[in-house]
Amino acid sequence: MSDTKLEMPPRTGDITSVPTAPLPTEERKGLTKKEIAADHPTWCPGCGDFSVLALYFKLIEKRKLWHEKITTVAGIGCSSRFPYFVQAHGAHYIHGRALPFASGISLSRPDLHVFVFGGDGDAFSIGGNHLNHTARKNIKMTYVIMDNWVYGLTKKQTSPTSPLGFKSKTDIWGAVDHPINPMKQLVSAGATFIARTTHTNPNHVLQMMEAAMDHDGFSVIECLSECVEFYEGAFDASNPRKGGVFNPVPADHDVTDEMAAYKLADAAFPGYFGIFYKTNRPTKNANEQKINATMQEKVKGLKDWQILQKNFDRMK
Amino acid sequence: MTAAPTGGAPKIAKVSEAIIRIAGNSQDGIQAIGGFLARLAGRSEQEVMTFMTIPSTISGGPSIFQVRIGSGEVLSSGDDADVLLAFYQHSYQDHISSLKPGGIVVYDSDHVEPNPDWKGQYHHLGVPISGLTVEAIGGTAKDKGKNLYALGLIARMFDLNVPKLTKLIEERFTGKDQSIVNNALSAFHAGYSYALGSVIDTFQFVESQKRGGHQVVMNGNEALGFGLIAAGVRFGAGYPITPWSDIMELLRRELPKYGGTFVQCEDEIASISMAIGASYGGRVAVTGSSGPGISLKTEGLGWAVMSEMPLIVIDIQRGGPSTGMPTNVEQSDLNIAVFGGHGDSPRVVLAPANVEDCFYTAIEAVNIARKYSVPVLILSDQAISTRIEAFEEPNLEKVCQDLTPDLAPIPDHKPYDLAAADGITRHAPPGTRIMSGKYPVVTGLEHDEMGHPTGSPKLHMSMTAKRRKKLQALAATLPVPQVYGPPEGNVLLVGWGSTQGPLREAVDRARAAGDSVSALNIRHISPLPPGLENIFAGFNHVFVVEINDEGLYGYGQLAGLLRARFCDPKIRGINKTDGLTWKVKDILQRAQTNVTEGLRKL
Repeated sequence: MSDTKLEMPPRTGDITSVPTAPLPTEERKGLTKKEIAADHPTWCPGCGDFSVLALYFKLIEKRKLWHEKITTVAGIGCSSRFPYFVQAHGAHYIHGRALPFASGISLSRPDLHVFVFGGDGDAFSIGGNHLNHTARKNIKMTYVIMDNWVYGLTKKQTSPTSPLGFKSKTDIWGAVDHPINPMKQLVSAGATFIARTTHTNPNHVLQMMEAAMDHDGFSVIECLSECVEFYEGAFDASNPRKGGVFNPVPADHDVTDEMAAYKLADAAFPGYFGIFYKTNRPTKNANEQKINATMQEKVKGLKDWQILQKNFDRMK
Repeated sequence: MTAAPTGGAPKIAKVSEAIIRIAGNSQDGIQAIGGFLARLAGRSEQEVMTFMTIPSTISGGPSIFQVRIGSGEVLSSGDDADVLLAFYQHSYQDHISSLKPGGIVVYDSDHVEPNPDWKGQYHHLGVPISGLTVEAIGGTAKDKGKNLYALGLIARMFDLNVPKLTKLIEERFTGKDQSIVNNALSAFHAGYSYALGSVIDTFQFVESQKRGGHQVVMNGNEALGFGLIAAGVRFGAGYPITPWSDIMELLRRELPKYGGTFVQCEDEIASISMAIGASYGGRVAVTGSSGPGISLKTEGLGWAVMSEMPLIVIDIQRGGPSTGMPTNVEQSDLNIAVFGGHGDSPRVVLAPANVEDCFYTAIEAVNIARKYSVPVLILSDQAISTRIEAFEEPNLEKVCQDLTPDLAPIPDHKPYDLAAADGITRHAPPGTRIMSGKYPVVTGLEHDEMGHPTGSPKLHMSMTAKRRKKLQALAATLPVPQVYGPPEGNVLLVGWGSTQGPLREAVDRARAAGDSVSALNIRHISPLPPGLENIFAGFNHVFVVEINDEGLYGYGQLAGLLRARFCDPKIRGINKTDGLTWKVKDILQRAQTNVTEGLRKL
């Protein structure tokens, strides 16, 4: 593929130790916004997703992430167009299954930090089961759910987070199905980092993204992101500029207390913003590495074919 | 086995092969007896093939294990048995018809009341197996151990190598309590000491030809699992379903030794997605399933085709549709493997012909997936997955591969370069620094050369053609399949997958009777190999023998594909849907009927 190949460390069968090329001798500077921006977003003017994208760029700039180490994954929906707008390795997968896809990357490539972006349909409807199991397994990655309470890409159908009474093309009389409470669902699923933010408070979004990225485990942010086309004004009550109120999580909230997080999630809209729950539980990444270390100890010094030979010798 | 019991005094007869059917219930450990016999044959440089049925319930239900051992070539597990070992009345009644006329039935006289009408047709020998087992190892064992007692009887009947069998039994119980090993050996020796030889004929296998290397003995699922490891696959994801589960259990157990991981996922869709994610991460990953699980995976499969991601999908076919017959064989997933999913989504489909081929097909599949950036399906089936065969040990040092991704920086990269020769492009995994600063997106949307979405009619046309052309390029590199028997004649029996053995045996039998019959096994189902039209041109009749339905228009799934491809009216189907493997005599009878009817119609 290339004639500028650099010296590579020895190749290995161990998926958790991927050989990466050594750094070029010059110092790597952080990326500028120009270097990290790709296609112009296809979102409607005024869409909340613009601010999430801008803050993702800011995170990359601020934390000096390298191009090749950024991996952006998304499912299907307006928000899931995300990878096309980021100048880095990215994958646009199928509806609702971005989490298992990202898990495959996370478990085999510990050198990368995987970011997953998606909407409320991906997270809580078609991909609901994957959210539970990725949380339960605590697979290391950051998941930003851009929640707009409506199906926007397909032009205004009820979403799993649409409030009761919301009039959509599939509920012309108003939504009748009880909506999902994202914070409660994530707490009960066993996610180890759970935060809530809103696109109208950029500093807060960035703060949450940084905290999520630094968390060793499955970190999830629900970011309210207004759909100006099909659910205008949905989040006004949380926006001080629109006469609403932005309530931070109270300073005395114990983030390691599941019951307290659950109670906090009970507050009526606009509710609270900030970290609801955070705990340290071994990641699946770490657990699998531990199993591998134990198993590899038993075959120490053997080449792959020699390990296989031992199996074959028993089948003679 | 040629020597039938005679009326005179018992004697020792030399035989070149024997078919033994053991019938009991699923918890009796009859698979274990079959396993011992197969392994012994492998160690004695004999050929062996087994066939088993198990009920799809957890415990109980009738179960059989048939093993065919031969000093010469063994192509199928055999039509009719020489010896039937029946543990219960139902085993006796249901399986006596599987015996050759004059065959021997050994039955547990504690459970079986023989039918006087059958006594004239088959040689009957009642042994109080249950009682004598209890006598040998004590009363606490209940029904346990009678399988080993029965193994002892068989060992006596066929003058099997007792030291080797004893060693196999000891190996099997390695790590268990010594009293368990002792009980097992006591039961075996008690069976072996039963004064069988004074009642019926006993047998001795003629010496088999010495082979060069060692033989290994395993079933099809083990061969596939170890083949994947040899191929360098280090990541997999799956969901339990019979008969695929064995492979995921094997990989979960073995991969950590190699630094790899196998993840049990929440469902079939998550497992194909996780495998594709790992492939995107730079290695060829595997997922697999059976029956309904394959249906669930088709959306992910379509994404892998569209995004041009290497991937291995294993399908251990069982009776369908829906939950169908989970523990029976059927070759009814060819259509979903080749065509399953929406849109034009060409992919590669391979079908291993026997247990040994499972091992090598896994390696071939991985190399095709990597070279052509395409998902590859391996179509195995329930019969091949559970059947045990002995084959020449592969040279592991030579065949084992390292698939560690190359993450060296590259100057520039177009993931979907339309100028690439034959449309073949390679995936650059994340972590690869691209010096131009232009990074690729992989996607299920129709896209331009950098992976960005497009609605351009021209691009959809050229990208669709790119995904097709690379498989046409692959087809051109495939070997022309070899005809078994003369390359020209009256009847050509065409098969795919696990029917290779029975079809070859059918050819041998037909030719011995003076009929002009040849056989062809197609391993590459999609794309098809070159040269088939020339092969078909050499025969008056082409019968595609499959374990699936004749369909609305009279053709099975491969027959339909071949007719669509070659527009040749002489291609016709021989199909069945009983959930069992083909018997050689049935193939020949159906071919004969087809020839006669076909001539009448012409």
